[in-house]
Amino acid sequence: MIEFKSVSKLYPDGTHAVDDFSVVIPSRKTTVFVGSSGCGKTTLLRMINRMVDPTAGVIEIDGDDIAATEPVHLRRGIGYVMQNSGLLPHRTVLDNVATVLFLTKVPKPQAYERANELLDTVGLDRALGKRYPGELSGGQQQRVGVARGLAANPNILLMDEPFGAVDPIVRVDLQHETQRLQKELDKTIVFVTHDIDEAFLLGDQVLILEKGAKIAQQGTPEEILANPASDFVANFIGADRGKRRLTVDANVKPNGNDLVLIDAGGYAAGVISAPEGKLAVGTASPKSRSVSNKTSQAGDA
Amino acid sequence: MEWVWENFSTIWGYTLDHIGLSVPPIIVGFVLSIPLGYWTSKSRVARSVLLTIFSIFYTLPALVLFVLVPVALGLSILDPNNVIVALTIYAIAIMIRTANDAFASVSPDVRESARAVGYSAVQRFFRVELPLAGPVLLAGIRVVSVSTVSLATIGGFIGIPSLGSLFLTGFQIQFFPEIWSGIIAVLIIAGVFDLILVGLGRLLLPWNRRASRRRAARMAAQAVTA
Repeated sequence: MIEFKSVSKLYPDGTHAVDDFSVVIPSRKTTVFVGSSGCGKTTLLRMINRMVDPTAGVIEIDGDDIAATEPVHLRRGIGYVMQNSGLLPHRTVLDNVATVLFLTKVPKPQAYERANELLDTVGLDRALGKRYPGELSGGQQQRVGVARGLAANPNILLMDEPFGAVDPIVRVDLQHETQRLQKELDKTIVFVTHDIDEAFLLGDQVLILEKGAKIAQQGTPEEILANPASDFVANFIGADRGKRRLTVDANVKPNGNDLVLIDAGGYAAGVISAPEGKLAVGTASPKSRSVSNKTSQAGDA
Repeated sequence: MEWVWENFSTIWGYTLDHIGLSVPPIIVGFVLSIPLGYWTSKSRVARSVLLTIFSIFYTLPALVLFVLVPVALGLSILDPNNVIVALTIYAIAIMIRTANDAFASVSPDVRESARAVGYSAVQRFFRVELPLAGPVLLAGIRVVSVSTVSLATIGGFIGIPSLGSLFLTGFQIQFFPEIWSGIIAVLIIAGVFDLILVGLGRLLLPWNRRASRRRAARMAAQAVTA
């Protein structure tokens, strides 16, 4: 469990990147910080491994104040995945994955064995281990970045817009991969993104942030979608633009038991099961949220 | 040509003197430029002060420096160390700027991610920033090497034995084979030094060669499709 207690970050030039921020991040769940550029979400993430130290307030991991832990030591115990993979271009893929293990003086044979296993975990061919990062595609580099983040088997994985720089198809692939890994490995993931669809897809808990890391709304994706707390949230999640307000298309005949749904713009957004013309009431399996109705976030990038 | 064979031992002797004068400035200049260039790449004040000072040194004519150094250090005017110190100053003057650029060229993403995975500041310098600055540092030391080998000839004009001594006597007696053999010997030394540096670069920076080969392949592919 990670706990922010009235955390603030005031820069010398007077900007309040984070202002009196408090939240509890539960263990073994994915918490997503989502907001526009400059809202302080990355600053929050970097406070967890002391890349940035708060000017006020306390951050605790499992009840221990992290300010008491030496930063280099703390960072070696927390996985970190960043946007442009941040791989070391002069080390092979395998060396990159094993970086943290080398830093913590794990003997080389064990470190390489673990690194090879991690390539399997993130779905990369072991043969790629001998290449240099520059010889890999963007999507492969991000997978290596994830493998490196997992190397020390940390309980916490911090992900800073890890899929922001890859093309949309690869991004969807990596998002599903992240869900699969989370199911398998049960880490506490803190994920930062400006893409609300990504946030809703991956987050067990989503925090929508305004400037100064002010929490506009906090909850499960379902709670936020069903009940946006403010106009800002409604706007941010696209509810007011009708992208998420769906109605049954009256003009399309039901195909079997399915009804076609359209958004406010009249565009087909998906289908819904409606046995005998009635909307089915039921509970979907928890992680079956679909990525249809994917909206372009290009404007926010 | 006959003259060359007859005087081979003289030429060889001057060649060794010349190497002795140019190797220490290249090495010392390189080694000193690394911390200085690292510092200037981190601190704006250091950058403006140090780069300006060494630019001024670089504009001083070599002959002036060869005369100033013994005065400043209290050495005899005929001490070869004068030339070595002066050439080291020139080497730093060239190298500090390159070293500054080399460290500034290391991607901030890579630097940040090295920090994030738990490299300490010292480890970050030796294992990440220094190797990544390597290709630019290599380009810099190749320039320094050529420039130092050619500048060392001026030592001959202030009475310090080097291949420059061949120019001096050759000009005095208008004997061209002597001048030519001096020039060619300088070129050979510069060429051999450069080959050694390139070889060291391949040995120490294997990733760079593969990366640039890949870049070249990609550019060729683009040229074909374009």
